[in-house]
Amino acid sequence: MSPALEALVASYNHWITIFLMVAGLYTVIAKDNMIKKLVGLSLFQTSVYLLYLSPGKILGGTAPIIAPEFDVYSNPLPHVLILTAIVVGIATIALGLALVVRIHEAYGTIEEDQVFAAGDNE
Amino acid sequence: MEALINMVLLTLMAIVTVGIIRMKSLFGVVILAGIYSFLMASVMVALDAVDVAMTEASVGAGISTVLFLAALYMVGKDDVPSARSPYVALALAVVVGAALVYGTIDLPPFGAADTPPNQHVAPFYLQNSIPQTTVPNVVTSVLASYRGFDTFGETVVVFTAGLGVLLLLRGRPKPREATVAKDDQEVLANDARTPGREDRA
Amino acid sequence: MKLDLILRVTTKLILPFMLLFALYVQLHGDFGPGGGFQAGVIAAGMIILYSLVFGLRAAQRVIPMSVVMRAIPLGVLIYLGVGVVAMMKGGAFLNYSTLASHAEHGQHTGILLVELGVLVTVASTMVGIFYAFVERGR
Repeated sequence: MSPALEALVASYNHWITIFLMVAGLYTVIAKDNMIKKLVGLSLFQTSVYLLYLSPGKILGGTAPIIAPEFDVYSNPLPHVLILTAIVVGIATIALGLALVVRIHEAYGTIEEDQVFAAGDNE
Repeated sequence: MEALINMVLLTLMAIVTVGIIRMKSLFGVVILAGIYSFLMASVMVALDAVDVAMTEASVGAGISTVLFLAALYMVGKDDVPSARSPYVALALAVVVGAALVYGTIDLPPFGAADTPPNQHVAPFYLQNSIPQTTVPNVVTSVLASYRGFDTFGETVVVFTAGLGVLLLLRGRPKPREATVAKDDQEVLANDARTPGREDRA
Repeated sequence: MKLDLILRVTTKLILPFMLLFALYVQLHGDFGPGGGFQAGVIAAGMIILYSLVFGLRAAQRVIPMSVVMRAIPLGVLIYLGVGVVAMMKGGAFLNYSTLASHAEHGQHTGILLVELGVLVTVASTMVGIFYAFVERGR
């Protein structure tokens, strides 16, 4: 394989992680609709999971469940951290959605600029 | 071969992300987010993270989609285009992306076994999980025993989220326009106007 | 014949298998992928599916909101209780080695009990959040 192709395969995970992180960040900042912001936040969180899990993978290894016929295992420590992170992420999203529902009841809209304008007029 | 499957799945995820950003209908966005979570779970299986894949599939594609749809039902289904220009946000995103690229240039290649994260604590857990805890699944033994305090904190976080949502959505009753309290007759009248809801006992 | 007949019959057939799968994932978390979080979410998914097809009132006859609200802190208390019992038997907080006569059996017992606590809290929290959203929307 040519060196450029090898470099691409070696770090493809990182490129996609960066793209997903930037896409999630853009969705949170640029979009006004609050539900879309929360979806963007969820995209951002998932890209961070990918960032943590990629260095733990060992080519030729297997899942970290000890069995007699395997002797190379992937690193179990990032798995533990990301398991916690996924659950904390869903907790954040649930709270965010509850807040969006209350904002809609109070202001009648969930577009951020309209909520700010209504807040200024109060 | 593993690397090829990995790359194909990641490319599909990038395409779905572009779809999420561009789509106007929020219902479609939520469904695409569910597809994204399933693709992420597949990528995690390709990365040998089977516990994490099961959690991401059930939490991200299951519960998260249901909660988004429940919130969407009460809030409204369409994304009104924003009035301000997206170029500032795009420039900021590009700057952050460039900084991240600069930061990850020196990371070790994908799949190498001699990297620092794989050296210090991980071999200890892999070798001592069965002698010390008799549990073959190293992720479970690390989660529940070696790092049990973190899992306690995580359980408290889940408890706090439940507490917060219950306080937000049940603490104060919803403001009602009608002065008559909702009884079964009004609920049935609502039903006749919205076809398809058949959750009346 | 109502149009949702297929949904109702199919859901009634699937629900016991969902509960079985949740318990399988919970109890086989030691030997394969699984554990408290996944099992809790699958068990919550079972109740949410029942509520989606048969209605919120039918689901609340099976699992009322009062039960859910008492189960949410119960899991945290189970986890805490395991840690405190370990401390009372002479070890440090959450050091399961003191829970049984052999250190490894104590670890195994501690892991099983702790995952049970996590299952109870996660399942009841997800069901409680869903109930809260649906009740607000009526």
